[in-house]
Amino acid sequence: MSPILYAATGAVLVGIGVFGLLARTHLLRRILAFNVIGSGIFLAFGGLGSRGPGSGVDPVPQAIVITGIVVALAATALAVTLVTRLFEETGAVTLPGEHPAEGPDAS
Amino acid sequence: MLPDLLAVGVPWAVASIVLPLAVALAAIALGPHARHLVLPGALLGAVIALAAAAQVLAHGAWHHAVGGWLPPLGIRLRLDGLAASFLVATAVVACGVAGFSRRLFEPSARRETRAGFAFWPLFFVMWAGLNAVFLGADLFNLYVALELLTLTAVAMVALDGKAETLAAAIRYLLFALLGSLAYLLGVALLYARYGALDLGLLRAAAVPDAITLAAGAIMTAGLMAKTAIFPLHGWLPPAHAGAPTPASAMLSALVVKASFYLIARLWFDVLPAAATVETSQLFGALGAGAIVFGSLLALRQEQLKLVIAYSTVAQLGYLFLMFPLTGSAAAPQPWAAAAWTGGMFHALAHAPAKAAMFLAAGLMIKACGDGRLAPLAGIGRDLPIACFAFGLAAVSLMGLPPSGGFTAKYLLLTAALASGQWWWALAILAGGLLAAAYLFRVLNRFLIAPAEAAPRVAVARRDQAIALALAGVSILLGLASLVPYQLLQIGRPAAAVGGLS
Amino acid sequence: MTAALVFDLSLCLLIAAVALAAVLADDLFTAIVLFIVYGLLAAIAWVRLDAIDVALAEAAIGAGLTGLLLVGAAARLGGRGAPPAAGRTPWRLLGKAAPAALCVAAAAALVVLVLALPDDAPGLRPLVAETIAASGVTNPVTAVLLNFRGYDTLLETIVLAVALVGVWSLTPDRDWGSVPGARQHARPDGVLATFGRLLPALGLLVAAHLLWAGADAPGGAFQAGTVLAAVWLVVVMAGVLPAPATADTRVRLLLVAGPAAFLGFGAVGAAGGVFLGHPAGAAKATILAIETALTLSIAATLGLLVLGVPRRPA
Repeated sequence: MSPILYAATGAVLVGIGVFGLLARTHLLRRILAFNVIGSGIFLAFGGLGSRGPGSGVDPVPQAIVITGIVVALAATALAVTLVTRLFEETGAVTLPGEHPAEGPDAS
Repeated sequence: MLPDLLAVGVPWAVASIVLPLAVALAAIALGPHARHLVLPGALLGAVIALAAAAQVLAHGAWHHAVGGWLPPLGIRLRLDGLAASFLVATAVVACGVAGFSRRLFEPSARRETRAGFAFWPLFFVMWAGLNAVFLGADLFNLYVALELLTLTAVAMVALDGKAETLAAAIRYLLFALLGSLAYLLGVALLYARYGALDLGLLRAAAVPDAITLAAGAIMTAGLMAKTAIFPLHGWLPPAHAGAPTPASAMLSALVVKASFYLIARLWFDVLPAAATVETSQLFGALGAGAIVFGSLLALRQEQLKLVIAYSTVAQLGYLFLMFPLTGSAAAPQPWAAAAWTGGMFHALAHAPAKAAMFLAAGLMIKACGDGRLAPLAGIGRDLPIACFAFGLAAVSLMGLPPSGGFTAKYLLLTAALASGQWWWALAILAGGLLAAAYLFRVLNRFLIAPAEAAPRVAVARRDQAIALALAGVSILLGLASLVPYQLLQIGRPAAAVGGLS
Repeated sequence: MTAALVFDLSLCLLIAAVALAAVLADDLFTAIVLFIVYGLLAAIAWVRLDAIDVALAEAAIGAGLTGLLLVGAAARLGGRGAPPAAGRTPWRLLGKAAPAALCVAAAAALVVLVLALPDDAPGLRPLVAETIAASGVTNPVTAVLLNFRGYDTLLETIVLAVALVGVWSLTPDRDWGSVPGARQHARPDGVLATFGRLLPALGLLVAAHLLWAGADAPGGAFQAGTVLAAVWLVVVMAGVLPAPATADTRVRLLLVAGPAAFLGFGAVGAAGGVFLGHPAGAAKATILAIETALTLSIAATLGLLVLGVPRRPA
């Protein structure tokens, strides 16, 4: 039962992350939301991979998730650098055309 | 006696990934000396791609089990006619771009410059990533290869470091990352369902149940965002137009095709059983929408590179007509092979044409120091070779004979009429007319006499010749279409013959 | 309901709640701190799933390094991100409600799909168990990462290297050739400086253990590389060692050594007919050699990724 519980939690995390992506315009908040989606997918992958008889997660999804975590970090590093550079050049923390001053949306 | 270099088992496919990676790593280590590696590396890459294609022509499609481990445990590379054709198209464009960029990113006063350091590793990793996508036969490995493309492409867009291109790069990254994550979610679901990641194994096991359809839909949506198919095209024009010229050429000619290639592999090679009349018609509708909207927007642009970028949005639309034109389970098309080959031919012919167009445009913009259309009046007198290259590439984009674009559109049109789907034929014809409209609008500008003699910066004849050579390849593809046509048929998926079912 | 199930259920609820809080928090720093907490909770989830290798990676990379990157960027953006005093109009509430409804529906659909999967997973656990004797190592995750699916790992190391190239490519032109990161203000007699002098020995031991143990127990090149990177970052931030200039040839060689060794090994195999093929009987030796080179390169790359764009004169 438990592995499926974690897989379902992963699915919920994907939803939460997508909400963050849609509802937030601050670019760092969007990067954070991407990471929530990513780790939700990983958790679903792992949870689904430990169903059935025997103990522990299927090592193939485990290895894949480790690779995925590293790839996500690489993308995050590039994204964060792009965002700080955009801020230094323009003072903006959102993409042009998206309004930062929308209540808590701005944060 | 020489060993048979094209024998089955000679790992040309592997070399096409290893070589650009090795050059990229060497470029990071060597800094300002990296430029000496560029031309030998690019030419060797082209030789490898041609050898891979010759090998397929001689001996047919084959697989290489990496590490000696067969799937489901291991990862296979798959070299068939389709993969080989894309390897060659990539090598042709990459060689042109490498030759064009060599002086652009030279070290200044023997010191390494920022862009000069970054461009070459990004370029060669991008090349390796493209080849890895074309050869990949494992869903997760393809994810990593796609991310190689995302990171290199986004970094290239931002290479100029201007505020607008930073914003364009971020927008591109957001779309591309969301697309990758959607793809990855689909991969996780398919693995949970079938316990395999290999395309061949999945094809054998796949049944059209809810989870398979959901996985296919999520993956396709993600890949569509990365391909910038209408209506997900918003990120493409600012990114492709804002990137440095060589990067524009690589991105528009090749990188967007990689995610399209995976959509095609997914539906034709893995999940043909899941395709329905409705999904095929939906894909076609998106394609037709892209053709019409992309072309209309191209017609309204005042910046030369934006015209070309919107033209990419439009041209990508043709690729998606392939799906309805191959038919479906309810209505398999006897002309499926023509539709599939036409779609792939279009992807291949568009590559050198679009690269040539961006390179020529970059030279014209450099010559007059302005990216808008108005100051380009009369540039044809100053840069005749670049303008001729632009015109030749335009012939292929408009689909006029005897270009590769003509062959592709002829095949698609034949399939549309033969299958009685006249509405797609209308989209193809309208696309050709609209392309003529937005391209002649630009070409006219090049040829009219300027009001007053404008000052021009000198541009190397050699760089113009590179653009011309690439445009020539897109014409040559139409004149000598038999060999690429035959190559594409080798190892072609069954669904490309009998229709998606 | 067993105690274990109660624990799992509570943990899952907590993970989802913290993730939601990180997304909803008004203050940027609060959101990032919540994200780091979320990452650590996710690592506990991986422990519960008996996936210690992943738990280590999630805690060190997913929570730790990602959190560091976000904190660093937030600091650089300064006060930008505090909520302005704009009112909540019905229109704006609708703008929130629509995506929220969409996401709830999507998450619910995904949960249904996940729950609908049959209980007997058709995974590769038995096949890995059967084949592992030939892989050279006994930790199945290391066997998959370095042998069965070594090609993924090769491309992954290239992803890391090219991400660093991308980050460096965003250097303002005037700063090119300088030293990454912001100037540090650690007092030479402060806690951080003392820590920075004591930590390396301990960190090296931990990293070496993770690397060596990775063959047979949880651990491996990525976990060891992350520990080394973290130690190095503390040492640099404490001012014990200076950050290297990006143009330093030794740094460049360190960055490419691991991927180059892996690629070279793959190419030698390809010349013999099998790309990335391990020699029969010597797989453990080749895996450890590649992992050692990878650990050093991964550590350097991760550390430099966190330090970011060069901004200080060399």
